[in-house]
Amino acid sequence: MSLAFDLALCALILGAAGLAVAGRNLFGSVVFYIVYGVLIALAWVSLGAADVALAEAAIGAGVTGVLLIGAWQGMKDAGGLEAEITKSLPVRVLAGLGAAALGALIGFAVLSLPGHDGLTGPVAENQPALDLGNPVTAVLLSFRAYDTLLETLVLTAALAAVWSLTPARFWGGIPGPKHTTRPDGVMASFGRLLPPLGVLVAVYLVWAGADQPGGAFQAGTVLAAVWILIVLAGLRDEPRLSSLILRLIVIAGPLVFLGAGLAGALAGLALGYPEGHARTLILIIEYALTLSIAATLALLIAGPARRAP
Amino acid sequence: MMELLAERGSLFALTGAALIALGFYGFIMRRALIRRLIAFNVIGSGIFLLFGGTGYFGGGVDPVPRALIITGIVVALALTAFAAALAVRLARSGDDDENPEAGR
Repeated sequence: MSLAFDLALCALILGAAGLAVAGRNLFGSVVFYIVYGVLIALAWVSLGAADVALAEAAIGAGVTGVLLIGAWQGMKDAGGLEAEITKSLPVRVLAGLGAAALGALIGFAVLSLPGHDGLTGPVAENQPALDLGNPVTAVLLSFRAYDTLLETLVLTAALAAVWSLTPARFWGGIPGPKHTTRPDGVMASFGRLLPPLGVLVAVYLVWAGADQPGGAFQAGTVLAAVWILIVLAGLRDEPRLSSLILRLIVIAGPLVFLGAGLAGALAGLALGYPEGHARTLILIIEYALTLSIAATLALLIAGPARRAP
Repeated sequence: MMELLAERGSLFALTGAALIALGFYGFIMRRALIRRLIAFNVIGSGIFLLFGGTGYFGGGVDPVPRALIITGIVVALALTAFAAALAVRLARSGDDDENPEAGR
């Protein structure tokens, strides 16, 4: 039964990916990519990795999907959507053979991997020292905390890069168009109804993240989605990008993270947690990161400023 | 072959390998920037699935690959966001309103 499910799921994933990559209609490709993202999240559920499934559904399918739709709309408005040209048959066959060879090579390499015990054991052994129930949070914020620290900086750098595309006269201005909706319409009702629920889910995700699946990235994405809904419903406008408070929120997470690492230097171990305080520090970092990730994701989706400040 | 496929990890790892191939084909063959961005993301999630599949043991995926995959998903998103903004800016660059130098 479960084998049949897995086989069907893998077939659906490949089908959706094929339609997303090779479909004729560009907007259809974007839609199939979102379907594909949700199917990939199901694959992670099937593999028993709920954290990854949450991240994939929220970030991989959700935020990426919104970004692609936004890019499609933006390019269409500017008249810059490229027409697809059909390449000649020999070129297609050659590229298909090359891609198939690449896939076969990787598949063969995977199947010939020697058996290994993995790192579940070492993680479980060292986890009690941190007093955290969720091994993924332990890896993200302690054993491989460098990766997570640099990842938050990558997000901040991406936001700076997106902002750098702002035309000079809009610098520090407001991103996106102003949305107005009928006050008794569906969108406005959603805008009033869903945000409290979304905030509740986000708080739960970051609260549960220490000991169960969840964490700063998943919670931050839900918060960003709440903000996008509020903007789309016309209840609030996007903030001015030159706002100091906004910029402080964006860098608060990485700053607290880095600060905890530097404070470790005073306690004897740079970028380390002092013994006995790991859980407290990790929770503080997680909460600060949640806010910063939410703000950064929402601003990445909003894009460069389009209106003067 | 059947017992190999019955092993969940290998099945999903092989699906990941096929996704990498599919994404690679799309990336080199399609012209539209948005489609290339989609192909890039298909390659990315294929790599994650491959990574997770090889890290699968009986009860679930090893926590280290799981954490690194979550990191990877966020980094892929950062790149997608920047690439999407660049693509829109490129499409608008002919626009005089947006690019004062173009009209001179």
